[in-house]
Amino acid sequence: MIAAKNVWKYYGDQTVLERINVTVAEGEFVTLVGTSGCGKTTFLKMLLGVTPISRGSLTLAGEPIPNEPGEDRGIVFQQYSVFPHMTVLENVVAAIGFSQRGVTGYLFGQDKAAAVTLSMAMLEKVGLDTATDKYPHELSGGMRQRLAIAQALMAKPRILLLDEPFGALDPGIRADMHALVLDLWREHKLTVFMVTHDLKEGFHLGTRLWVFDKPRIDPQAPEAYGATITYDLSTSRRSDADMQAITQ
Amino acid sequence: MKRFVNLTPPSAGKWLLGLAPFVVLIIVYVLASQARLEINPADKLLPSFGSMKDAMVRMAFEPSKRTGDYLFWTDTFSSLKRLGTGIAIAAVLGLLIGILTGAIPLLSAAFSPLLTALSLIPCLALLPVLFIVLGLGELSKVVLIAIGVTPFIARDVQRRAREIPVEQLIKAQTLGANTAQIIVRVLLPQLMPKLINAVRLSLGAGWLFLIAAEAIASTDGLGYRIFLVRRYLSMEVIIPYVVWITVLAFLFDYLLRRISQRLYPWELAE
Repeated sequence: MIAAKNVWKYYGDQTVLERINVTVAEGEFVTLVGTSGCGKTTFLKMLLGVTPISRGSLTLAGEPIPNEPGEDRGIVFQQYSVFPHMTVLENVVAAIGFSQRGVTGYLFGQDKAAAVTLSMAMLEKVGLDTATDKYPHELSGGMRQRLAIAQALMAKPRILLLDEPFGALDPGIRADMHALVLDLWREHKLTVFMVTHDLKEGFHLGTRLWVFDKPRIDPQAPEAYGATITYDLSTSRRSDADMQAITQ
Repeated sequence: MKRFVNLTPPSAGKWLLGLAPFVVLIIVYVLASQARLEINPADKLLPSFGSMKDAMVRMAFEPSKRTGDYLFWTDTFSSLKRLGTGIAIAAVLGLLIGILTGAIPLLSAAFSPLLTALSLIPCLALLPVLFIVLGLGELSKVVLIAIGVTPFIARDVQRRAREIPVEQLIKAQTLGANTAQIIVRVLLPQLMPKLINAVRLSLGAGWLFLIAAEAIASTDGLGYRIFLVRRYLSMEVIIPYVVWITVLAFLFDYLLRRISQRLYPWELAE
């Protein structure tokens, strides 16, 4: 479904990513791990369409990835993912409104009633049905991310991109969120790309784990070589040895 | 002993502490006024509160001998109409220009330099031009306020629009929003409280332009009256008028703040 052929990304002399060659089938759950600044978020932004690739080709179902965000690729950021001026329900209803044509995306009458019903069902699924009239700033971090995920799924994306979505959450809440994400992934048959700092999280959630790292380093010019995917593991055959190798 | 920077007034004393300078100022004024009036009962510089009251009763509650109007109220009404119209026009224009140049890079590239240049024009210097082109009537005064305040509001809204996290704009696009929907649903509502704030900040400049325009060419208005009675050294009219203008300015600021809090409860949390 997603195919990267010899993808490079550089800014002037600074190479961020080099020689990325991967294919991802529909329904995979790919987790991207690596140190800070190793290009995993850059790769996610390429999939999102906000960062153009410098060389090579990146295709979605045979077509080049569009160079702007679209409905087929949903996104949840670590923060700022929901609209602060809308209540929980309004946030989700707006997601339906945005999929309509028109200047405002406001819904009226039957359309609105239908959208509210759909939204309530989704909010119930993510456990926010008791907080529909609250504004995002009144929610906890975990609830806000649940809302962001619910909102992203309303557009029925084929691919869900998660950029360290649980990075700011407490460990206890993370476990709940993991269960929710796995649930939704199975139910909606999504292809998920998730950037995370947490290797354990990557192993636990993904069907496939990518480690981004720089295979070559020139000490005179640390920017000269970019990072690439140094490990591409199917997590079904995960082992402690793998984990140790990656940690090193 | 705590450091001076760490000393805070008790909550009950805060009011009294804030009130004290006002009381002191009034007492100083009364004493100075009495001292001068004792030497010369016809002194006009520091009129007593009694003569100010008499003057205000005459202005506000007795019809003018020449026109039959209650001058204080017609002055207030005329000035507020000019200020309100000018500020309203500036707010609408400023919002439109600010949101479009803030959200759309192509428009920003085309018009931001012009906007910066326009905002640097000292617009009181344009007043003669306005009088020549638009005449001495209401229009030139309203236009002065509008063109004086619009660039400030536009630039403020533009900056605020750019401060909205890009994540929100990307998110809206992944939900299928088009440009108009992003502007109307994501940017506009979040910029409304910022607009009200910009209007609050620009009211001071608005009053300045209003009084300047009225002082030069007008037949009524608070600014006109102050400059008119200056010829007779009528401090007993000027001082209450200045206080009244201050009270009005405070009231508008307070009202706008309350409106913003009421309409945009989510704004407080940021």
